[in-house]
Amino acid sequence: MTASETPVVYLDHAATTPMAPAAVEAMTTHLLEVGNASSLHASGRRARRVVEESRETIAQALDCRPGEVVFTSGGTEADNLAVKGVYWSRRAEDPRRVRILATSVEHHAVLDPLQWLEAREGAKVELLPVDEAGRLDVHALEQAIAREPESVALVSVMWANNEVGALQPVADVVRLAGEHGIPVHTDAVQAVGTVPVSFAGSGVDALSLTGHKVGGPYGVGALVARRELPVTALVHGGGQERDIRSGTIDAPAIAGFAAAVELAVKEQASYAAQVGALRDELVRGVLSVVPDAFLNGPPAGAERLPGNAHFSFPGCEGDSLLMLLDARGIECSTGSACSAGVPQPSHVLLAMGRTDAQARSSLRFSLGHTSTRADVDALVEAIGPCVERARLASR
Amino acid sequence: MRRAGQAGVPVRVIAAMSGGVDSAAAAARAVEAGHDVTGIHLALSRNPASYRSGARGCCTIEDANDARRAADVIGIPFYVWDLSDRFHEDVVEDFMSEYASGRTPNPCLRCNEKIKFAAVLDRALALGFDAVATGHYAVLHDGPDGVELHRSADAAKDQSYVLGVLTQEQLRHSLFPLGDTPKPQVREEAARRGLLVADKPDSHDICFVADGDNAGWLREKLGDRMPNTEGAIVDEAGVEVGRHSGTTAFTIGQRRGLRLGQPAADGRPRFVLDIEPVSGTVTVGPREHLAVTHVSGVRPRWAGTAPTTLEGTVQLRAHGQEHRCRVAVHPAVEEAGHGRRETTVEIELLEPAYGIAPGQAAVLYDGTRVVGSATIAATRRVADAAR
Repeated sequence: MTASETPVVYLDHAATTPMAPAAVEAMTTHLLEVGNASSLHASGRRARRVVEESRETIAQALDCRPGEVVFTSGGTEADNLAVKGVYWSRRAEDPRRVRILATSVEHHAVLDPLQWLEAREGAKVELLPVDEAGRLDVHALEQAIAREPESVALVSVMWANNEVGALQPVADVVRLAGEHGIPVHTDAVQAVGTVPVSFAGSGVDALSLTGHKVGGPYGVGALVARRELPVTALVHGGGQERDIRSGTIDAPAIAGFAAAVELAVKEQASYAAQVGALRDELVRGVLSVVPDAFLNGPPAGAERLPGNAHFSFPGCEGDSLLMLLDARGIECSTGSACSAGVPQPSHVLLAMGRTDAQARSSLRFSLGHTSTRADVDALVEAIGPCVERARLASR
Repeated sequence: MRRAGQAGVPVRVIAAMSGGVDSAAAAARAVEAGHDVTGIHLALSRNPASYRSGARGCCTIEDANDARRAADVIGIPFYVWDLSDRFHEDVVEDFMSEYASGRTPNPCLRCNEKIKFAAVLDRALALGFDAVATGHYAVLHDGPDGVELHRSADAAKDQSYVLGVLTQEQLRHSLFPLGDTPKPQVREEAARRGLLVADKPDSHDICFVADGDNAGWLREKLGDRMPNTEGAIVDEAGVEVGRHSGTTAFTIGQRRGLRLGQPAADGRPRFVLDIEPVSGTVTVGPREHLAVTHVSGVRPRWAGTAPTTLEGTVQLRAHGQEHRCRVAVHPAVEEAGHGRRETTVEIELLEPAYGIAPGQAAVLYDGTRVVGSATIAATRRVADAAR
């Protein structure tokens, strides 16, 4: 039987999750309407109204002011804008500010800009250690700041890790950085709609989110940034978004994005309870069939994303296992970045102290709003034989 | 035992897809024959730029994308398998050390022996597949003593030479769907199937060496391990006729790139006769002194039962001609006080061959059938006999 004849068991919601019908409706409603949100005529004003209402909806959902929402093409652009834009502005204010502090488990949308700034723009990047569950070592951050607070341009700490689901101590980060007036950015792409996220309540200065991880469309996201935070633009050509982001505003996508954020945040608590319970069953089920597998990341509970389960399967190659599961219609992720299609061991697991081999033996299963008990059952049924096979293949 | 994937018996097949037209067409044919096919692309370098960049080859991102698109069009699952460590260890390192020792290796045979029909096949079998399909031009069919490997129908494209290292066990789990078809027809077929790689140029160079610049690549990669970085080019009397910047730039029978200051006394072209990596000496001389009448091979690999003697033909390099020969196989023996003497294959050529380089493979044929192969360790020349 080929995968196309089997109902797909989709366990990769952290990569992208199906659009919510409400978001599809909000987006498609506006796709056939003409009008550039920057035009002055009636059609333009109508498009502008859609965008501003969406901005207000998002602001309400995230507990920020509408003027703080800067629409982007997605999470990666939002992260780039925060990291590069804040670095440049802060350094322009004071040339001593060249240090950027971040966790060693950030997404590549943060790590790659950091690396680029280091190579090309004189930044000194310090990637801070995490514990064996993938959580920032707060003491290390404290020391790094204390060493020379006046030279820190920015601290960037993700809200929740995309691979192992670890929630980061953002409150501690804000407290420590705040003592020295250092701005904090957080990549909240995985957190919005899955755990409670309040921009104002968190005290961060900038926060990235994206549409397609919350049931909205691809290609749209936002950087929520306090008005006082200086951000140098990356993209020039009209200054449509607060002069720090240019490009014709994508009103239909933004409408879909806002509808998705509104719904996801409204339903966050029930989502967390329901998906968290399914995830707990998945973890129990997998560990009962493969007793020597182990769960990476924090224990299920308050410190972990509700939909995330991430295992190492000793003696297996993660990509063999992925292929065997895929052949049975079960879709998951090795959670590792690809360069030229070559799987690299996950930097997150290596930072957590895992060996190369352990990192390569890992798979991430991520549940979402369309996940069912049947999905979990299908995985638990398939994982045993697949692990057995994969072990043969890596001998 | 019968071979996997013979007519009418559908099996689970891993199609190794390089991103070129042949492997894409082979995968499509395997699907058409009813097999359950999964496409894979071999990632042979962790860092694609470290081996070569830009140009065609098996290590570029572009090729991985071409392979992926071909798999989409054919409608099969597709994955990238990372064999970069194995490839480096078994093929690239061997290539370097062979050159450093003054020999001329063929990395394609090595890759078939160690990677495609070993590492990949082993993994495929363990994962529940039955065979590996590639776009090689060669024919498999069942004979009285097992699976036979034959030259392809398109003589100009025949690749049985680079498959001469495969054993019976490996052949049983191999599929070469293109062996009976001329290349132009394969391209037409690929175009008809909507494969965008239909008119992609053939690759000729070694996949991991950029722009065919062996000498430059070896100099860069070998670094301190270069056996020498300069030396004398001498004639057969030992008179220096030029200088060179490293023996790894030479192969037996080479004529071009010698950069000899003055013509030979007789005005005739000179060829590399001998490479001495320790002293760094390259000896040149006239073509007739390259004439080889006897080849000694080691590390034999047999497609079926090992023969003791054979009258047939031998091919001594890729795309080389066939030479009629008489072969005797001397099995390994334990010699008291001397340790083990490995198996040797003694090949007597019925007419001389030219430009035969140690390190290359001697592939033995009985008609169109591949009998086996051995790595050329030494040659005996007409000129040697005359001395």
